[in-house]
Amino acid sequence: MAEDKFDVVVVGAGPSGLSAAIALAKGGLEVAVLERGSFPGSKNVMGGIFYRQPLAELLPDFWQTAPVERPIIEQRYWMLGSQGHVGGGVRNQSFDGASPNCWTVLRAKFDRWLAEQAEAAGVMLLTETTVDSLLVENGRVIGVHTGLEDGDLRADVVVIAEGVNSILLRDLGIHPEIKSNQVASAVKEVISLPAEKIEDRFNLEHGQGVSIELLGTLTQGMVGIGFLYTNRESLSLGVGVLVSELARTRLQTNDLLEALKNHPSIRPLIAGGKTEEYLAHLIPEGGYHSVPAVHGHGWVAVGDSAMLVNSLHREGSNLAVKSGLLAAAAILQAKERGDFSAAGLAGYRQALEASFVMQDLKKYRKASHWLESNPQFFNVYPDLLNDAGTAFFRVDGKTKREMQREILKMVKTRRGLLRTALDVVKGGLTLR
Amino acid sequence: MKLEDKLFLVTFNADTESHLSVKDQAVCQQCQDKPCINGCPADCWEHNPEKNEVHVSFEGCLECGTCRIICPFGNISWKYPRGGFGVKYKFG
Repeated sequence: MAEDKFDVVVVGAGPSGLSAAIALAKGGLEVAVLERGSFPGSKNVMGGIFYRQPLAELLPDFWQTAPVERPIIEQRYWMLGSQGHVGGGVRNQSFDGASPNCWTVLRAKFDRWLAEQAEAAGVMLLTETTVDSLLVENGRVIGVHTGLEDGDLRADVVVIAEGVNSILLRDLGIHPEIKSNQVASAVKEVISLPAEKIEDRFNLEHGQGVSIELLGTLTQGMVGIGFLYTNRESLSLGVGVLVSELARTRLQTNDLLEALKNHPSIRPLIAGGKTEEYLAHLIPEGGYHSVPAVHGHGWVAVGDSAMLVNSLHREGSNLAVKSGLLAAAAILQAKERGDFSAAGLAGYRQALEASFVMQDLKKYRKASHWLESNPQFFNVYPDLLNDAGTAFFRVDGKTKREMQREILKMVKTRRGLLRTALDVVKGGLTLR
Repeated sequence: MKLEDKLFLVTFNADTESHLSVKDQAVCQQCQDKPCINGCPADCWEHNPEKNEVHVSFEGCLECGTCRIICPFGNISWKYPRGGFGVKYKFG
């Protein structure tokens, strides 16, 4: 049926799919976005930090009207020990101002707003619509099959923006099931707290925010991280570890989160807060080598579906937006040529490779495997660093030379001097 | 805070049919660790020792996908719930 044919059908109303949809609609194409939730954002979870770039390329000044929470002016990094933490951070007013660097967002609000922008640009949004499978004919994707009655929608190109659980890519044979060491399972609580309390506790001026990335004993030796982010009137506190680590240790992520809430460095920050929501989500952690084919005959894959997350820099939604924009540009070119084959859409892969998205993932391509095979960063160094720091500042009658010997002994017995030196050098080489 | 109290805070619109199932109980019987049980952040999976079967309570599923990935035998059938059903986050 002709009326059921669109130029492009986008599966999933998250940052990648909606960015692609808006860019395509602005380019004059007929676009439908299919979202399985009852509203866009109702299924979507991240920490979450949202960067100004690259969405501002598509929607200049979007933050003036978008439901962003707080511009992040200070990013702290804490290595938790059992009784405290060793930390550092970068604070600068220039992270706010006319062009803020990033904000905290709550995705159920933000994605809903972004979907409204898509509709305003002429995109047709269908909620409560789960795509069960792709329509494939002679090796070409020609549309989607939804759970609705008469639910087949045809399109020249299908944009797969399902998120990390990309069932469509798997069923297409592009992406064999994700390996358990390529994704982290994360849980989060949104904890409400009055704005003044947040600003007092985190040393903030009105409306500004702080992010704290947490490493160390909170993951109980497993490869993983935690975070504490300030929203307008709530905090987002979460922890995630590789799924393979959960299989190995038999631990549950919620228990890690409960222990984190009771950690002496975290407890006073969330005191008196009320848990409003509990959320869980997978985060792609496999990096460069886990990125599947991102285009084929009649389809492209964007965002988490394509495993586009730079976990070392806690960046994901910006990679999602960029991939959506690059996919849209390639589809517009394909439309001009009337060629929606893999060759016709290959410009997407090329542009993605040339952009910061794949360049950054490539730079850190060894990192995820390296961390996994070097558990000392999760089960030795956190306590070592905290104990050494504590010894450094404790005044107890020992001479400074004795104190230094004590710290050296800690390094020698718990990891070894040479091994520690090698860890530093190898770490540097892996991340260079 | 207990997990069940946390899950009470989450809005679900449960379908009548499960989007999750065990493909073959015989495979689960071979599985020593049953990591689906500890891997699930919402305690959806449990082992019934009398029947020696693994059961799922899909109504409280947060749709994260951990069970599907953690199952060492690929023995979990995992679909998205039908449109409009399942978890419905307020904050996200």
